[in-house]
Amino acid sequence: MATLNVLILVCLGYVVLLFGVAFAADRLAAAGRGAWLRSPLFYTLSLSIYCTAWTFYGAVGNAARSGLEFVTIYLGPTLVMISWWWGLRKLVRVGRSQRVTSIADLISSRYGKSNTLAICVTVLAVLGGTPYIALQLQSITLSFSIFAEADPTGLYREGSSVFWVAAGLAVFAILFGTRNLDANERHHGVVTAIALESVVKLFALLAVGIFVVWGVAGGLGPMLDQIDSSEIGQWNVDAGRWTTFVFLSAACFVCLPRMFQVMVVENSDEAHLRTAAWAFPLYLLLMSLFVVPIAVVGLDLLPEGSNPDLFVLTVPLSQGNEWLAMLSFIGGFSSATSMVIVTAMALSTMVSNHVVMPIWLSTQGGAGSVSGDVRHVVLMARRISIAVVMALGFFYYRLSGGGAALASIGFIAFAGISQILPALVGGLFWRGATRTGALVGLTVGFVLWIYTLLLPEMGGGFMSGTIIQNGPFGLEWLRPQALFGIEDMDPIVHSVMWSLSLNTVAFCVASLLSFPSPLERLQGAQFVNVFDHSVAPRGWSGFVAQSEDLMIMTQRILGAGPAQDFFQAESERQGGRSSLPEPTPAFLERLERELSGSVGAATAHAMIGQIVGGSSVSVEDLLAVADESAQLLEYSSQLETKSAELTRTARQLRDANTKLTQISEQKDNFLGQVSHELRTPMTSIRAFSEIMRDTDGLSPEEQTRYAAIIHDEALRLTRLLDDLLDLSVLESGRVNLNMGGDTLRSVLDRAVSSALAGSSSGIEVRRSKSAERIPLHTDLDRLGQVFINLISNAQKYCDADEPVLTISAHDVGGQVVVDFADNGSGIPPEARSMVFEKFARVSGEKAGGAGLGLAICREIMQRLGGEITYLPGQGGPAFRVRVPLAYRQAAQ
Amino acid sequence: MSRKVLLIEDEPNIAEAIRFLLTREGWQVETHAEGLDALRVIQSADPDLVILDVMLPGKSGMEILRDLRELEDLKTLPVLMLTARGQLRDREMAENAGVSRFMTKPFSNAEVLTAVRDLHAQATRS
Repeated sequence: MATLNVLILVCLGYVVLLFGVAFAADRLAAAGRGAWLRSPLFYTLSLSIYCTAWTFYGAVGNAARSGLEFVTIYLGPTLVMISWWWGLRKLVRVGRSQRVTSIADLISSRYGKSNTLAICVTVLAVLGGTPYIALQLQSITLSFSIFAEADPTGLYREGSSVFWVAAGLAVFAILFGTRNLDANERHHGVVTAIALESVVKLFALLAVGIFVVWGVAGGLGPMLDQIDSSEIGQWNVDAGRWTTFVFLSAACFVCLPRMFQVMVVENSDEAHLRTAAWAFPLYLLLMSLFVVPIAVVGLDLLPEGSNPDLFVLTVPLSQGNEWLAMLSFIGGFSSATSMVIVTAMALSTMVSNHVVMPIWLSTQGGAGSVSGDVRHVVLMARRISIAVVMALGFFYYRLSGGGAALASIGFIAFAGISQILPALVGGLFWRGATRTGALVGLTVGFVLWIYTLLLPEMGGGFMSGTIIQNGPFGLEWLRPQALFGIEDMDPIVHSVMWSLSLNTVAFCVASLLSFPSPLERLQGAQFVNVFDHSVAPRGWSGFVAQSEDLMIMTQRILGAGPAQDFFQAESERQGGRSSLPEPTPAFLERLERELSGSVGAATAHAMIGQIVGGSSVSVEDLLAVADESAQLLEYSSQLETKSAELTRTARQLRDANTKLTQISEQKDNFLGQVSHELRTPMTSIRAFSEIMRDTDGLSPEEQTRYAAIIHDEALRLTRLLDDLLDLSVLESGRVNLNMGGDTLRSVLDRAVSSALAGSSSGIEVRRSKSAERIPLHTDLDRLGQVFINLISNAQKYCDADEPVLTISAHDVGGQVVVDFADNGSGIPPEARSMVFEKFARVSGEKAGGAGLGLAICREIMQRLGGEITYLPGQGGPAFRVRVPLAYRQAAQ
Repeated sequence: MSRKVLLIEDEPNIAEAIRFLLTREGWQVETHAEGLDALRVIQSADPDLVILDVMLPGKSGMEILRDLRELEDLKTLPVLMLTARGQLRDREMAENAGVSRFMTKPFSNAEVLTAVRDLHAQATRS
């Protein structure tokens, strides 16, 4: 039986060895001789930090409890490595080109360098990482206690050991994680130590496995038989849990701060991913190879109630193989220490960069950034952060009492960390993702994770049983483990389903609804299109590549022809050794001048600077920014158009309103006119009828005269009503035309005799009847009405001593033209446009008609497809009537 | 003593009816059928009362009334205004212009006689 004291000595020795390795590696790297340290093998081994004590001890425990389900935590990363290596490559490329220091930095950088987001991710990572660190501490103490039970004489004291383990790990992390402040945050020493630890833990687990199969079970055959007869061998798959756990472990492989640290931050060459893509799954395969045998043998050999999480230790111990048990202990110790150290380093970087430093800088009022002691402050902040993170883990361990099974703590942490995934993947592949989207998504996921998983799982102290049973405030649909009434689900599956799906939905919706700032757009373009414009770090092909880039850019700005001519000329000027000129300062200056003619001096300078200087903003981003400003310009010109349209619409409305007002006034006016024309004859009729009724002794002459007046005024009233009705029918367009054929001559004959019938005043009508032999096809009565009107007007209003009306007719191009001119005084020019209006009366005109005659004529001529106009220059009043020889429907 | 009324009306039949009525009442009736000259005719005829139509050729009765009231010696001349338009607006305009009495056509003979008597009585009292 190895004593506990020996174990402690071995541990200390192991730690000293790690120190030595890390120290040596740092020295080598500093001296520039450690090229072999940056091999793909070391990179792959450092990735195996994924396998923590949870994997080392917990996988066996998991297998003993839930059968093959433990495979899921290996399956996730394997799937990522094999099928999503291109996504990882993008992540690594972005991380390197943006000089990212942590996953919080990456998310912040992608979404417009938002420190709010960085703090969110940091808090999430710390909250998710703390239980995980506690888990490692727990595994170390548990494994110590196994040896302590066997050796009561040892120095081991349960209570203090966790503290000392935590403190020791903190010291290691501080010593190697914050030794220097490298610009790209690489820690060769730590990575090398981790690589060594990876080998140790794999070796230990394989050794235990081999011992179990060949030493205990008696070879491969009996072992397989034993597995077959055990419950673990049963293929018992819960699809929901399997999918969730595979997904979770895959998500965390990318999102965990320590994984991000080794995979992205510590990566020295993107090409290492190629090797890791097959080597890391192989490592995981080896790690998982003996999990089932150890679990089966452990369940078989050890007494009921033994902790299956410690089978890796207790099985060799029960067989009396203390050295193997010690090796296994070292393996578990390796897993735990490497995880804790890297996690503490990664978290402390985040905490110090995004929480401590901003606060410190704001209190310094900018003075610190010039005084040169920032470096010292940063290192101090990191060291304190590491101590704080370790202390958090330690307190979490003490608070939770180490009660829950290792595996379930691991998955709770996984579920928390995986909330970063939507913002991370969205940021890498979707330019539309915005800061607001990321913030909202993270917050939603984070809150749901705490509410549905973290608080219920931490036990009674944090969330009362009644809330879990009945929901908060008795709201059943808010029960943390049966949200929205979805019951009987595994708590982890339930929480992951809700938190991640709502996180993703919130992220997408908020991104679509919000507008990114210019910096966000720029960063978004750089992240999403990282392969399009970042030069792969390995291929430093020198000046030619730059010249090509310059050529491509110039073509985009000047057009292909001019660009080629310019480069050709430059190449010849340089001696024409190659098809492209060397980017000498002189050449660049000329190119800049050439480009500034098209895009302006500042832009030209910036563009060339980007390509030649190799700085992080690419031409494409600049073009994208230019595109966007062009879009803005277009948008503002659209706004201008819109505003012009609105002005136009407003003007149209005003015009319409004026028109309506005019129409209303015209209507009022018309009604006033109608009223006047009706009331005037009625006044005479009433007055004379009252006179006749009331006056005694009227002479017979008077009686006759007054009766005649009454009769005439009654006729006038009738005529007025007839005209009004006629006009309203004509204006409404509901007039029925009565078509017939005749010559113009006979239409005029009837009109003249009708107009002059019963008239005392003699007006001479002059016609040339031979010219009137024009056949017509139209509404003859309506045309006759127009003629009668014109003849009676001449008869009524002609003021010549010997009134003469001349009617002349001829046909022109399918139309008959008939002119009516008399020798009276003409209509003054200002009144000519008015004569066709209703109730228009030329001033001083004798009463007789209501003033509707010419308005009716105009309406009739319109219906007949012709027109009536005033004919100036005839000496007296003259009207011209045009009417089609044959009425055509189309004329309407 | 003879009372003189000036009747400014372009409808000959209406003018004839009013002349008939007022002559029988003992008025001396003068008529004028046109608007442009009306004011000058009023001034030269110097009537005791004016009966004024609104719709006159040349110049409307409203304008004639307004111009008339501008003249110092015609400020109190009784003016009976007749209109066939019969809109409320016309009555308001006439009252603003300083009409003594406003009547809408068609009127009853008795109404016209009463109005003429009243106006004349008022004018002689004051």
